Amino acid sequence: MRTSGREALAGWAFAAPALIVIALFFGVPVFAGLALSLTDFDIYALADLRNLRWQGWDNYVQVLTMPLFWQALGNTAYFVVLGVPLSIGVSLAAAVLLQSRLVRFKPLLRTALFAPVVTTLVAVAVIWRYLFHVKYGLVNYTLQGLGIDPIDWLGDPHWSMPTIILFAAWKNFGGNMIIFIAALQAVPNDLYEAARLDGARSWAQFRHITLASIAPTLLMVTILTTAGYFQLFAEPYVMTQGGPLQSTVSVLYLMYDEGFKWWNLGLASAVAFVLFLIIVAVSKGLIALQRRISGAEA
Amino acid sequence: MKPRAALVNGLLWVFAALAIFPLVWMVCVSLMPAGSASSLPPPLLPADPTLVHYQKLLGDGGLKRAFVNSLGLAVVSTLVSVSFNTLAGYAFAKLRFRHRERVFGLLVAALVIPGQVAMLPLFLMLKGMGLVNTWMGVLIPSMAGIFGIFLVRQYARGVPDELLEAARLDGAGEWRIFWNIVLPTLKPVLVTLAVFAFLGSWNDFMWPLIVLTDGEMHTLPVALAALSREHVQDSELMMAGAVITVLPVLVLFVALQRYYMQGLLMGSVK
Repeated sequence: MRTSGREALAGWAFAAPALIVIALFFGVPVFAGLALSLTDFDIYALADLRNLRWQGWDNYVQVLTMPLFWQALGNTAYFVVLGVPLSIGVSLAAAVLLQSRLVRFKPLLRTALFAPVVTTLVAVAVIWRYLFHVKYGLVNYTLQGLGIDPIDWLGDPHWSMPTIILFAAWKNFGGNMIIFIAALQAVPNDLYEAARLDGARSWAQFRHITLASIAPTLLMVTILTTAGYFQLFAEPYVMTQGGPLQSTVSVLYLMYDEGFKWWNLGLASAVAFVLFLIIVAVSKGLIALQRRISGAEA
Repeated sequence: MKPRAALVNGLLWVFAALAIFPLVWMVCVSLMPAGSASSLPPPLLPADPTLVHYQKLLGDGGLKRAFVNSLGLAVVSTLVSVSFNTLAGYAFAKLRFRHRERVFGLLVAALVIPGQVAMLPLFLMLKGMGLVNTWMGVLIPSMAGIFGIFLVRQYARGVPDELLEAARLDGAGEWRIFWNIVLPTLKPVLVTLAVFAFLGSWNDFMWPLIVLTDGEMHTLPVALAALSREHVQDSELMMAGAVITVLPVLVLFVALQRYYMQGLLMGSVK
């Protein structure tokens, strides 16, 4: 690469403001967080740094032996395992339908389907709380019309997480829908023509052409959505405050409580890093799974 | 083929209605007099519409303060982050300097680290710098973003090198080349970036919740969350609060959705 002095200087100068911000306020804290997770940083250390003790892996041991951590991890896993397929399924269904040549008013429908994505989470969480109100909520009223007894959606520990999952799917499906639409547009039309000549049915076409063609996009979307869903926080914070019976405490909610409510910053940092490792491991697992599946089909 | 078209269209309209319904319902309830939404059967349309909740919320002590705070923060963070990300994105795309690819590779690798990992230490750092409970403190993490740099870089790679070389031969400085030649061609991606930055700042919840402890400085989402804990029973008032929070971003999105969706797509073709 031929580099002229002036150009190189300009390059560094142009990149500098962003790089400095990212290094100082993201890079440094990440490493500091790792160090923090190895100390007993708490409210006493916050008042006077001399109270700070180095304590190795103790925080990690404490996190992994904490019943509430396992409960939070279980709740988060529940949210991910049900929420990710539901969200992606709805996104894909909407994208496939919207892609059809038979659809009229396409731009209008697309905008309507996408609108929840840009809304403010806290505000729409408030709406859902009233929609799912046990007594005056429209959801229970509608169900009653179908002869189903009222459900205490956010007050019953069995229903609280499913309600949050429904909410998350409604709020988020539009984003992946747009990505799927683009991927579907890139599938060559001749493939469908050929399949039709071969007499393939709609379902077979969908499985062997559509799904096979968009598999890389599907994997990427799954990884990004999974990583995002592991970071569940604002939904339970606004809708249930982690309750009832801690059924909606997520890992990040636990980190927030430990860190900013009880000021156990060392322990909370350990929670954050455990969550990070879990996200990395699950992403790697998904990639390996995809290789296996596509290898088996090839 | 006819029934099939009806099925596809019908399904889509049902989907779209489900997506939009909570938002329409929010507006309807916000116009009802206090207490009237809590009756059976739950009313769908306001019998006698009133703006009383909006008057209350936009008067003193309501959400007016929070609205101004949110707007100011969103505007400033949009201006700063668009400037920083555009400069850096262009540098990584077009300016040749040593270690460029290595630094960029590091940035991309850092994309996998969730922001929450940095949150606690960043809070302590800002506390040490006296920036907790200040506007600067909320703005700092949003001043530059790896995703934004990535978007601009993708786009700026399309600028022909010959154009830049010709300008250099004419003796133009790097800043002038950027300002006069590159920036105009980047306009679409700048709008995309701005929409993302504005929405991101407006909708952000966790960081302002942590950094801004003073009620006077709360942003709309934080103020709304606090309000909803106090006024659990006042559904009509809360709906008006939700409308005030959501409407500005919805309008912005509908006006600029082309750019927003483009950004989403560019980000997904890594």
